[in-house]
Amino acid sequence: MSTIQPIAGELEPHPDVALISRVREGDVSAYDTLVRKYERQIFRIAQHITQNREDAEDVMQDAFLKAYEKLDQFQGNSKFYTWLVRIAVNESLMRLRKRRTGKMVSIDEDIETEEGSVPRDLADWAPDPEQNYNQAELAEILRKTIQGLPQGFRIVFVLRDVEGLSTEETAETLGLSIPAVKSRLLRARLQLRERLSRYFHRKKGSGDTRLRETRDEK
Amino acid sequence: MTCTEFLALLDDLIDDSVTPEMRIELQTHLRKCGHCEVILNTTRKTIEIYRSHEIYDLPAGLRDRLHAAIMARCKKGC
Repeated sequence: MSTIQPIAGELEPHPDVALISRVREGDVSAYDTLVRKYERQIFRIAQHITQNREDAEDVMQDAFLKAYEKLDQFQGNSKFYTWLVRIAVNESLMRLRKRRTGKMVSIDEDIETEEGSVPRDLADWAPDPEQNYNQAELAEILRKTIQGLPQGFRIVFVLRDVEGLSTEETAETLGLSIPAVKSRLLRARLQLRERLSRYFHRKKGSGDTRLRETRDEK
Repeated sequence: MTCTEFLALLDDLIDDSVTPEMRIELQTHLRKCGHCEVILNTTRKTIEIYRSHEIYDLPAGLRDRLHAAIMARCKKGC
């Protein structure tokens, strides 16, 4: 049974390395530990890409099963997590393609080509603006806002800012160049910021905390 | 430094990957420009809010179904 070498440059082997060795030796409970560790992240990524709960459930299941079956192909020169994310991203895009009856789906779709400009909405936010909404309202605002981003921006933002992949890992996972990841990340962050400003901007003398969408005041 | 030049380096500033010299230039611009200060602070807040709030809950029973599926494969192959 081959063992996985620690990632070059790291002093301590990543804790997943020992778990993967145990799985390779037939200890399926070690794989359960890996599932528990990453199931939320993988489900979230699948949900962000497919925007469909059933598809996201299927993707999560398929991604973990595929990773389990292909564990011998995992070389250990990247982190297990980023390898798993790559499988989940590919499964998600395949699922989208199926739903659209074979139409090609690329992470580039919906991307506008013009460069970002100086943001329009420059209203400052209230201090701790999320406290003006209850948890369900806030989750709805955050879902609605991120769902409105072009897919190619959304995936980069989710991998890089929500799930904590590095710029290099995000580029490798999505098959993009590092400058492309950086450019999309900046535009994703700025677009989200601008869209959230509708809900979070400082209200003049208002105690209004209801969930409502204020129009841009232009 | 113009606002456009500041914005081009916004991510590097947020991700803490600017040189000390560049940081001084950016901070100098920030002291003079309320707009860019708002953009920086609210962009940081945007990232923090998305990081700290779970917007998609893991469906109940999904983990058990996955476990059963893995066990079924395991019985066949390990």
